Amino acid sequence: MAHHAFRMPVTEAQARELRVNDTVTLEGTLFGIRDATLIAMFAKGRTTRFDMKGHAVIHTAPNVRKVPASPAHPTGYEPVCVGTTTSARMERFTAPLMEREGVRLVIGKGGLAAGSAQAFNRLGGAYLAIIGGTAALETTWIEAIEDVDLDDLNPESLWQFRVRGFGPLLVAMDSHGASLYEEVDRKARARRENTLARLGVK
Amino acid sequence: MKVDTKQVEEVARELYVRALKILPPDIKEGFARLAATETDATAKSVLGTMVANIRVAEETENLLCQDTGIPIYNVTIGRGVEVDGAALQRAIRRGCERATREHPLRSSVVHPITRRNEHTSCGPGVPPIHFEFSDEPDRLVIQMIPKGSGSENNSWLRMAIPAEGVDAIKTFVVDCVLDAGGKTCPPTIVGVGVGGTSDLCVSLAKRAATRALGTSCPDPEGAALERSLTEAVNTLGVGPQGLGGDSTAFAVHVEVAATHITMNPVAVNMQCHSARRASAALTPSGVEYGF
Repeated sequence: MAHHAFRMPVTEAQARELRVNDTVTLEGTLFGIRDATLIAMFAKGRTTRFDMKGHAVIHTAPNVRKVPASPAHPTGYEPVCVGTTTSARMERFTAPLMEREGVRLVIGKGGLAAGSAQAFNRLGGAYLAIIGGTAALETTWIEAIEDVDLDDLNPESLWQFRVRGFGPLLVAMDSHGASLYEEVDRKARARRENTLARLGVK
Repeated sequence: MKVDTKQVEEVARELYVRALKILPPDIKEGFARLAATETDATAKSVLGTMVANIRVAEETENLLCQDTGIPIYNVTIGRGVEVDGAALQRAIRRGCERATREHPLRSSVVHPITRRNEHTSCGPGVPPIHFEFSDEPDRLVIQMIPKGSGSENNSWLRMAIPAEGVDAIKTFVVDCVLDAGGKTCPPTIVGVGVGGTSDLCVSLAKRAATRALGTSCPDPEGAALERSLTEAVNTLGVGPQGLGGDSTAFAVHVEVAATHITMNPVAVNMQCHSARRASAALTPSGVEYGF
């Protein structure tokens, strides 16, 4: 259970070093992306001017405040509350994000499924679990909204955050085929019969 | 008591922001209870982060969770309360819009077909505003619940049949908890509706999921069912965030309604660990905020 402090972006070799139960802290650039952004990019043919090669994306749509553009808030957006949404809805976009945009790390909550696990294995990537519903804490790790693209989709724009000490995040799916979610689900389903027996279900 | 709808608008605005920032004391106690008995190391750490977040939200006066949810308002009208119902509804809606613009909050509400976001947290039929009546004199209570989508996306209805008995209800609840896994942001309050029509059954499940911890179903059979289900779902090992552990649910809450001789409906709706709610009581002596 190693700890990795990554200054973004990372290489394939760095992503493949990660093993489930390791922890990761990110420094530098982090991209925020979610349902509408991914649908626009991979189902409606939209493209982004951002170079996401080797980067991490987080499944999010932040609460922001419009402010005059300044060095602290170059986009005119001040982060108010930045947190993480349920990843499962974005399952089908993991492989295309990695293939087309070169993304290496996906940060989310609740986990991804077998298709993403295969993409992490084939292309060299990992899923980093953040604790969902802890956005006030997460916001303290965000330094600024550095840039924004596809902002007609606001709040589901493609956000470029600058982060400091973002984490610790838990490696929950790695490039070696391991997934904590799959393991917990398998064990929980094995307990189902016993649980139903406790309830007197015949 | 005559209700001033201008005051209702202010209260509706304030309630949305309060609900997003201050977690009710019963939920905080729920965390303390789970943390004291949790045996899994990862789960202990996850619960610790959740508790730390509650503290940071209070210290920084920030939102507990970025998901501003679908805003829901529950209005309870006491005896002798004089109010223009249509004006009250409009005032609540205006308060909700103002909270979104003035704080500002992320509007999480879109048209279901065009997916257009008006950036007001409002749209056709949203916020839902529910009305009830109580015997309490000169008292109008407005409760606000921002219902997050991680938990709301995991909602189920099963029209079981009488021959399947109460076993169908128990099995369904266990299977819903398994299917939800970490997607609902556990530890959750698992709300179970038993009986009624299909729509009543689902609304009972929502009422159960958003009830304060420590309260129990007014029906004794329902109360017994919620005790046994609470114990049972916490033997599954789903754990906080679906990463394993004992703390899968703060509680299972059950609400019941009579049903048809041919029917045995069961619905499940979950509330995430950020089980937010805020309320305000309007009385002749002023406004009193609570949960």
